[in-house]
Amino acid sequence: MVRKEIVIVGGGPAGLCAALQAGHLGAQVTLLEGDDLLGGQLVKQTHMFFGSEKQHAGTRGIDIAAMLLEELRQLPNVEIKTNVMVLGRYEDGSVTIDDNDRFKVLHPQKMVIATGAGEKMLAFPNNDLPGVYGAGAVQTLMNVYGVKPAKRVLMVGAGNIGLIVSYQLMQAGVEVAAILDASPRIGGYLVHAAKICRAGVPILVRHSVKQALGKESVTGAVIQQLDEKWQPIAGTEQTIECDAICLAVGLTPFADLLWQCGCDMKFIPELGGHTAVRGKDMQTSVEGIYIAGDVAGIEEASSAMVEGYLAGLNAAISLGYGGEEAKKLKNEYEIQLNDLRSGPVGEKIRSGLSKVSAN
Amino acid sequence: MRLEEHPILNFSRGPKLTIAFNGQRLEAFEGETVAAALHAAGVYHLSDSHNLHRPRGLFCAIGQCSSCMMVVDGRPNVKICITKVHEGMTVESQKGKGDLGWYEKK
Repeated sequence: MVRKEIVIVGGGPAGLCAALQAGHLGAQVTLLEGDDLLGGQLVKQTHMFFGSEKQHAGTRGIDIAAMLLEELRQLPNVEIKTNVMVLGRYEDGSVTIDDNDRFKVLHPQKMVIATGAGEKMLAFPNNDLPGVYGAGAVQTLMNVYGVKPAKRVLMVGAGNIGLIVSYQLMQAGVEVAAILDASPRIGGYLVHAAKICRAGVPILVRHSVKQALGKESVTGAVIQQLDEKWQPIAGTEQTIECDAICLAVGLTPFADLLWQCGCDMKFIPELGGHTAVRGKDMQTSVEGIYIAGDVAGIEEASSAMVEGYLAGLNAAISLGYGGEEAKKLKNEYEIQLNDLRSGPVGEKIRSGLSKVSAN
Repeated sequence: MRLEEHPILNFSRGPKLTIAFNGQRLEAFEGETVAAALHAAGVYHLSDSHNLHRPRGLFCAIGQCSSCMMVVDGRPNVKICITKVHEGMTVESQKGKGDLGWYEKK
């Protein structure tokens, strides 16, 4: 059994920032990442970020990941382990891991869970055919490995992910047949939607997929219009020719580890699904287990980073690191989070968070 | 198909190597996943489902959904979306739940 001070699960924006903050305060940190690539979804984001300068607005996601990693590599008290999957946590606090095919047991004093989120599925006949992808998968193939996922894609979902991935597909020379959204209006920022409309790609609101076509893989899709009650309108079916259907219909927290740890959980639709009840310090109902990023509720990378800093900070403070300055930082991060969640755009998040806040 | 030109990204690929997909030789590059190499070669139908034998393809690409499991170097149930290629690797479509014999031999 290996004793550790703080173990961080997940090397995306939240996990990297938690490691950075706790590391800067002098704590012994071990960061575990299931993939061999660090940065999580940041490594696929070729667009420039919004938000405020403190969260690197105006910088592309891929460059933010590189900056965070560079900073992290200068901290000798932060150990980074890739290709490591956390298997479970036991009642005595020990954590079992699969470390590159070897079974190991760690005994951390504190744990920050930043496992992120995954694509939601949409129910329609043939949704299991090859060629039906989550939007994240399309980004991985295209932006990380430089491989075209398809020739002509039907995008489902006109939120920010659907719009941004559509634009990235066009940049990569892939045709986008159309973007559908079941709701009566485009959910994402209009600045993204306008770029796509200018390129001549139709954005069809109140439309959904009736079924995917194909035997071995997707060869097309039947789409249909929906009425005010979200019910299909008979006779509005059209067939779209495409060799891929990309789903961007929202994300749901990867909360398995939170359940397994016995955290108090709640189903919060505004936050994408089940997540853990937490205090202002990001600590769950299980003492010593903190959460940050999308697993704590679906938001965006900017707030994931600040939550990561905050969780890392509080975990380190609870071990006796940091002085007065650390307390000031805590206040600063809380203000940053409030700023990111302010205004009408943050209304849903604020409503969701009010239901999982323990204090 | 591989992207050669991109307005924002530069793809620096590792050295070329060869893998076998169901006995057929495919070109791949060091550092990429099996899923990337297969997609570059136009292979989308990876394996078949256990009960209804329906075609299975890539879905999440982050090792979470289990849709892309194949037999790699004789080992069943390998998530090829998070497995990197190596020279001489054999990749086969998986039929059924996979043979545990590989683990006994190991």
